Amino acid sequence: MTAHRAISGAGIGLAVCLLALLPLAGLPAFYDSFLYIVFYWISLATSWAILSGFGGYFSFGHAAFFGAGMYTTATLSVKFGVPFLVTLPAAAAVAASLAVGVGAIVFRLKRLRGELFALLTLAVSFILATIILNTPIDGGAGILTSSVPLPHIMPSPSQTIYLLGMLMCVGTLALAYIVAHSRLGLGLYAIHDDEDVAEVKGVPTFRYKLAAFAISAAIAGAVGGVHATYVGFLTVSETFGITVPLYVVLMSVLGGARHWLGPAVGAALIAASLYTFTSGDQAMIGRGLVALVLIVAILILPDGIVPSFLRWRARWTAQRATAPLPPVEAPQPAATPSGGDRPANAQDSGIDRPVALAIRDARKSFGGLQALRGVTLDIHEGEILGLVGPNGSGKTTLINVITGHFPLSSGEIRLGGAPIQALPAHEIARRGVARTYQIPRPFMHLSVLDNVAMAAAFGSADHGRAASIEEARRWLDFTGLRAKESALPAELNLHERKFLELARALSAEPQLLLLDEVLSGLNPTEIDHAIALIRQIRDRGTTIVFVEHLMRAVVELSDRIAVLNEGTLFALGEPGSVMRDPRVVSVYLGKAHAA
Amino acid sequence: MPSFTLLGQSLVSGVLVGGLYGLVALGLSLSWGLLRLVNLAHFAFAFLGAYLVYQMGTSWHLSPWWAVLLIVPLFFALGVVQHAIFLYFRVVELTSLLVTFGISVIIESALQWIWTADFRRFETPYASVSLKIGAMYVPVVELIGCIAAAGLAWATWAWLRWTYVGKALRATAEDPEIAVAFGVNQRFLSFLLSGVCAAYAGIAGAFIALISTLAPSQIWAWLGVVFAVVIIGRLGNPLGALIAGMLIGAAESVAMATFSPAWAPVVSFSALIVLLLWQPDWL
Repeated sequence: MTAHRAISGAGIGLAVCLLALLPLAGLPAFYDSFLYIVFYWISLATSWAILSGFGGYFSFGHAAFFGAGMYTTATLSVKFGVPFLVTLPAAAAVAASLAVGVGAIVFRLKRLRGELFALLTLAVSFILATIILNTPIDGGAGILTSSVPLPHIMPSPSQTIYLLGMLMCVGTLALAYIVAHSRLGLGLYAIHDDEDVAEVKGVPTFRYKLAAFAISAAIAGAVGGVHATYVGFLTVSETFGITVPLYVVLMSVLGGARHWLGPAVGAALIAASLYTFTSGDQAMIGRGLVALVLIVAILILPDGIVPSFLRWRARWTAQRATAPLPPVEAPQPAATPSGGDRPANAQDSGIDRPVALAIRDARKSFGGLQALRGVTLDIHEGEILGLVGPNGSGKTTLINVITGHFPLSSGEIRLGGAPIQALPAHEIARRGVARTYQIPRPFMHLSVLDNVAMAAAFGSADHGRAASIEEARRWLDFTGLRAKESALPAELNLHERKFLELARALSAEPQLLLLDEVLSGLNPTEIDHAIALIRQIRDRGTTIVFVEHLMRAVVELSDRIAVLNEGTLFALGEPGSVMRDPRVVSVYLGKAHAA
Repeated sequence: MPSFTLLGQSLVSGVLVGGLYGLVALGLSLSWGLLRLVNLAHFAFAFLGAYLVYQMGTSWHLSPWWAVLLIVPLFFALGVVQHAIFLYFRVVELTSLLVTFGISVIIESALQWIWTADFRRFETPYASVSLKIGAMYVPVVELIGCIAAAGLAWATWAWLRWTYVGKALRATAEDPEIAVAFGVNQRFLSFLLSGVCAAYAGIAGAFIALISTLAPSQIWAWLGVVFAVVIIGRLGNPLGALIAGMLIGAAESVAMATFSPAWAPVVSFSALIVLLLWQPDWL
C-alpha cells in the first residue's frame, strides 16, 4: 500500500516536472497558449467546485472574484509598479475578503439560502463591474497589461505565463484533493445533503461555508491575476461577462462537481472543444453547442462524468469479486437482550444521581403558536426518561430546542451545569448531545459508513479520519448494519434507516441521547431488537430521553415518564404511577385508544 | 442638486420603467414561487418575443397589438413544452437554474444567428408620442406598458386568490403531496401555470420591443434587476412584483438624475443586499 503510494507520488511528481519543462521542448508557441487555457479553466472550475460542488451552494458570481483578482494585479503592477509575483497573493487576498463579506451576509439566512446565494453572487458581479467601470480603477478605458514586466523564469514571456498557469492548476488540484479528504470536505458534503442535520451533528456550518468560499475565491483571484498578463488588455465587459460563471458551472457539472477531479475533467473536455471554435460566427455556434451539452449532461448524468464512471467501475469490480465468493453472511443481530434482567422501573432509577440536563421554564413560540409554555424538567445522569404526550404537545419541539436547532423564546437549559440555550447547534453537539430523527434524515449522497463516520468525526470525541471510520464500523456492528456499509441510504429499508439514525447518533459518543420515535413503523421483532439496543446503550452510561407513542416500550424501558400536554409538563414520575394517574389516562391514553 | 421638475420627471419615468420590470418579473415570480422552478430562460423568452414582434412589424407591417395575439398562444405552447421536459427528467429547483441557463444561451445564440449582434430599434409611429401633464412628459408607449403590467398583475392576483384553480395552485405550492391527496390535479396545473408564465414573457417581450433597443446580449442586462424585483416583491406574489418593480425603477431613475446614470445598477442590488441584511418576516 505505501509502496504503491510512493510510486504514484513519484509518478505525479515526474509528470509535473515534465509538464513544467514542456515549453523548452521547442513546440510551436500555439501549444503554450492552448495548454495555458486548459490549465486556466481547470483551475477556475476546480476553485468554483470547492464551495459550490462540495457544499452545494451554487455561485453565479465567480467572475466577481476572478475579476477582482485580475484588476488587483493590473492596478498594482501597472499603476504602482509592484512586482508581478507580489501582486498574486494580493489578488487572492482581495478576492477572498470580498467572498467573506458576501458570505457573512448570505450564509446567515435560514430559508431559500441556496437560491439567494446564487442571486447575490450574481448581483455582486454586477455591482463590482459598475464600480470598477465608473471609478479610476478602469474608468471605461480598460487597462493595458501587456507591458507588465514578468519574472524571467522561462526564456520567453509566453512560456513564463504557461508555467505560472500550470503551477496554479497543479496547486488548485492539490488543494481540492486536500479539502475533499479533510474534515472541512466531510463537513461540506454533509452541508450539501442536509445542512440542518449537519449542524445538529456538530458541523460548524457557517464557518465551514465561509472558509470554503474564501478558499474558492482566493484561487479564482490568483488565477485572475495570472490571466491579467495573458490577455494583455482588460475591459470590464470581458472580465465580468457571463462567460466565466457559465463555463465554470458547466465544466464542473459535466465532470462531476462533488468529486475533486470532476471539474478538471469537464474543464479539459470543454476547453479543448471550445478551442476549435475560436473565431466570429463559429464562437457563437460554439457557445450554443456548449450550452446544449450542459442541458443534456445535467438531464442524463446529473452526477457528472467522474462519479458516474467511478460508480460503474465499482459495480463492475464488485461483480467480478463477489461472483466466485460465497454470499455475504447475513448480519448477526449484534445485540442480544442481555440487559433484560434489569428491572426497568427499578428503585435505583437515578433520581439521586447528578442532573445531566436541567430545563428551566423553557418557552418556545412560533408566531402566535406557543409550542412550549414553560417546561421545567431535570434529567439525571444514566436514566432513561420516556417523553410522551399527544401529537402537537411539544415533544419534538423540546428536542429541537435542546439540540439548539430552534432558539428558545425564553427560559434556560443547562447541560452538566453550563447554560447551552444560546449556543449554536454544532457547539451543543460537541458537548455531547445527539439525536435521531423521527423520519430518518441520512445524508443521501454519503455511504452508510460515511454517514456514521461523519457523525463520529464531528461528535463529542474529536476523532481523526481513520479513528472515526473505525468508530463508525463499531456502531455499524452494534446496530447490525455492517454488511451494508458501502450502500447509499436510498438502498436501505425503513428499519435499516432507523438503525442508521441510531448508529449515527451513537457514534458521536453522546452523554445525552435524544431518541425521537425510533420505534414507530417497526414490526414487533424489530421493536424487541431496538429495545434491547437502547438498554445496552444506557448500560454504557448514556442518559437517554426517549419520545415514543408505543406504550409497551415506554413502560418497559423508562425509569421515569414525563407527560407533555399543550406545551406544559403534565405529569412526571415512575411509569407505574404515571400510567395509573387518571388525568394522564383521560388526556393521553383516552385519545390514543380512540385513534 | 437637480431641479424639482427634473426629479419629478425622473420619478415618473422611473415608475413607468419599473412597471416594465414588474411585467418581466411577473412570470418569473410565479414559476419560482408556485412551481419551485427558477426559470432563467424567462428573459430569453421575453427577448425572443421582442424580436418576433419586431420582425412581424418590420417585414409584414403587422401592428404590435396584433402580433401579441399571435405571440400569446405560441409562447403558451413553448412554456408547456419546456415544462414537459422538466417533468420528464424530474428537474428540481437548482437543476432548473442550470438547465434554463443553458436554454438562455442557446436562444441568445439563435437570436444572434438570425438577427446578428447589432442593436436594433423597432420604429413605430407612436414610439415618440408623449402626453404632457403639467410640467411632466409621459411617453405613451411606456404608459400603456405600465398599465398592462398593472392590469396583468392585478388579474393574476385575483385569479390566484379567488378562483378554484388559483387556490389549488397555492395549495400545491405549500404542500404538493397533501394537495394531490385532496384531489388537486397537480400535473395539469403546473402545465397551465408554465404556459401562462411563458405567455407573460411574450407579452413583456412585445413591450421591450416597443420601448427599448434590442440586442441578443441585452438578455443578461435585465437579469440582475428583475431578480432583485422578484425577491423584494416576494416569490409568487404578482402585486408584490409590480410594486417592487416600480419602487426599484423609481429609485434607479432618481439615482441617475442625482448622481450619474452609470451608477444605476448599484441601486437595485444595494436594495437587495439591505433587504437580505434586514431579513423581514415576509421575505
